[in-house]
Amino acid sequence: MGSKDRNGFAKNFAIYALVICIGFIYIYPLLYMISSSFMTLDDLLDSSIKWLPSSVTFANYAQAAKSMDFWKSFFQSIIIAGVPTVCNLVSCALIGYGLARFEFPGKKIVFGVIILTFVLPSQITMIPTYVLYSNLGILGTIWSFILPSMFGMGINAPIFILIFYQFFRQVPRALIEAAHIDGAGYFASFLRIALPSAVPAFITVALFSFVWYWNESYLTEMYVHGVLTDSGWTTLIIQLDNFASNYSSYATTAASAATSLNEAIKMSGTLLSVLPLLLMYFFLQRHFVESIDKAGITGE
Amino acid sequence: MEQPILEPEMTKEYKKRLRESRKRLRSGRLAKKEAYWGLVFIVPWIVGALIFLAYPLLTSFWYALNNIRITPVGKNFTLVGYGNFTQILLSDAEFPVQLVDYILSTVISVPIIVVFAMLIAMMLNQNIRGRGFFRLIFFLPVIIVSGPILGMLTEQGAGSVSAVDTQAIASAISSVLPSIIAEPISDIFANLVTILWYSGVQILIFLSGLQKIDKSMYEAAKIDGGSGWECFWKITLPNLKSMTLLNTVYTIVLISTNSQNPIIELIKSSMFSGTKEKGYGYASAMAWLYSVVALLIVGLFALILTNRKDAYDRQAQKNRKLRRKEQKIKLKLERRSERNAAIIAKKRAQGKITSHRTDSGGY
Repeated sequence: MGSKDRNGFAKNFAIYALVICIGFIYIYPLLYMISSSFMTLDDLLDSSIKWLPSSVTFANYAQAAKSMDFWKSFFQSIIIAGVPTVCNLVSCALIGYGLARFEFPGKKIVFGVIILTFVLPSQITMIPTYVLYSNLGILGTIWSFILPSMFGMGINAPIFILIFYQFFRQVPRALIEAAHIDGAGYFASFLRIALPSAVPAFITVALFSFVWYWNESYLTEMYVHGVLTDSGWTTLIIQLDNFASNYSSYATTAASAATSLNEAIKMSGTLLSVLPLLLMYFFLQRHFVESIDKAGITGE
Repeated sequence: MEQPILEPEMTKEYKKRLRESRKRLRSGRLAKKEAYWGLVFIVPWIVGALIFLAYPLLTSFWYALNNIRITPVGKNFTLVGYGNFTQILLSDAEFPVQLVDYILSTVISVPIIVVFAMLIAMMLNQNIRGRGFFRLIFFLPVIIVSGPILGMLTEQGAGSVSAVDTQAIASAISSVLPSIIAEPISDIFANLVTILWYSGVQILIFLSGLQKIDKSMYEAAKIDGGSGWECFWKITLPNLKSMTLLNTVYTIVLISTNSQNPIIELIKSSMFSGTKEKGYGYASAMAWLYSVVALLIVGLFALILTNRKDAYDRQAQKNRKLRRKEQKIKLKLERRSERNAAIIAKKRAQGKITSHRTDSGGY
């Protein structure tokens, strides 16, 4: 426990063994996904081949990508995840600063409602919101994601507001007051003093917001993609959700070289839909992992 | 000097001024301005809460009381009162079953996830090599976990580890427990990996909590002869109390809003169902029932966790009790001694006691 303690060999061994075992269980599905996505049909059927395919094939990827309409879905995913994320950053930073810096009546109520919006399942407000969007004519467009996030009501926005709140509370009040004395207004002191010190919070919120919007399938299908009709907007995750039907329609139209849907193609599709996030994670992993420490979500 | 004459007026004047200044302090210009600017910053949220929370919440309740049919000219409302609710609970084929399943599996898997996250965090907090690497692995699921991917993986059988014989565990459990409890438990074993995948954020939250605990506490405990086991219960756990609550709530929300959850798919499908009795109203009633249940589960866990007393609370309570007892005894003794003193004084006044001490009042 203590930093200068030395563990005995047996204890050390047990800890390493446990951590490695559990770590393996954690990435097992990913390894499985990767290995079977490279298998040919013969390898899949051969029960003696478990992990390493006898020959590596990329045909599965090509077929999965075609049936998912990869590039179009990919760019639309980036827009659907990216634009609301920018709106989230702006609105949640403003709200978090307002809560951290100022005292006003009803602040406790605001916090209570923020926590309630986090705990309350979104299904309860879903149906009237759906009707509202269709009345406003923004159903099936990206505006149905942008609009709530502009008002601090996007997906998981309560968490982001609390992250910004924690961060802005750590900005010394004296610094902001000094800026006031030097003639800065309230907005100027927010932009010049508070924002530069909250860069880690911005990184955290941007990353998580992007990932959560990217991975959201239920609400995206409801508001942007369309449940009964296809609005033309789609994401990789939604394409994956409808993979079987997409693939069969692809296989009937593309008469040549389309094999029937098998496990390897499914796994290639799954891997393709998470690949952008995986790459992002490996490049930015330091920010992801340290963000929880820095963001001080744990302070409350 | 004239002090005695002036004094009452001074105090009156002073009191008046004090009152005025206090009034000014209560709503001074700066404070007012600050409150105004605070509201300016919050305004987007207030507008958002009204449009995207309060309005849909009330409308959703109104919908739940109605049967709504979509006609080409618009929506056709018929007030049915609590008819939707009784129909869902009494004659819906799926919803009650799914709801019970949801409650059981949540109540069982939440403690598993939280305890597991705590264990992993404690292991990672040891001085082991490659800590960063393991952190990377344990956080990985947070990035890629989403409904369709989990669905795809479970469909392919990658959701469980083939090395763990889940069939044997399932049959062992169902032979001991009644099927209503055994089923969710064996479900959990069958989807072990996907359940563990929910614990990425929680591990990091616990880890940062563990790193904030003062190391000298452990050293002091060691010097006093505390074992690792005692250190865990008396130092680690009480210090992680608020984080446990946070993680529990987070886990419940994660499970409840994940699109792998069959109930929310059910809500969606009945919303767009063409049958006469289903539709927007019916789905709203379902959503209300589901949300109330989810909130109750959160409340239940929060209640259990906040009421649980750790070692510090117990010691503090013990000390409080002890002090109250001492106070009582002290008071009793004081009263008795007063009473006795009074009796002695009375007797002495009557001349019944003749002692060598003649000074009055002494006893």
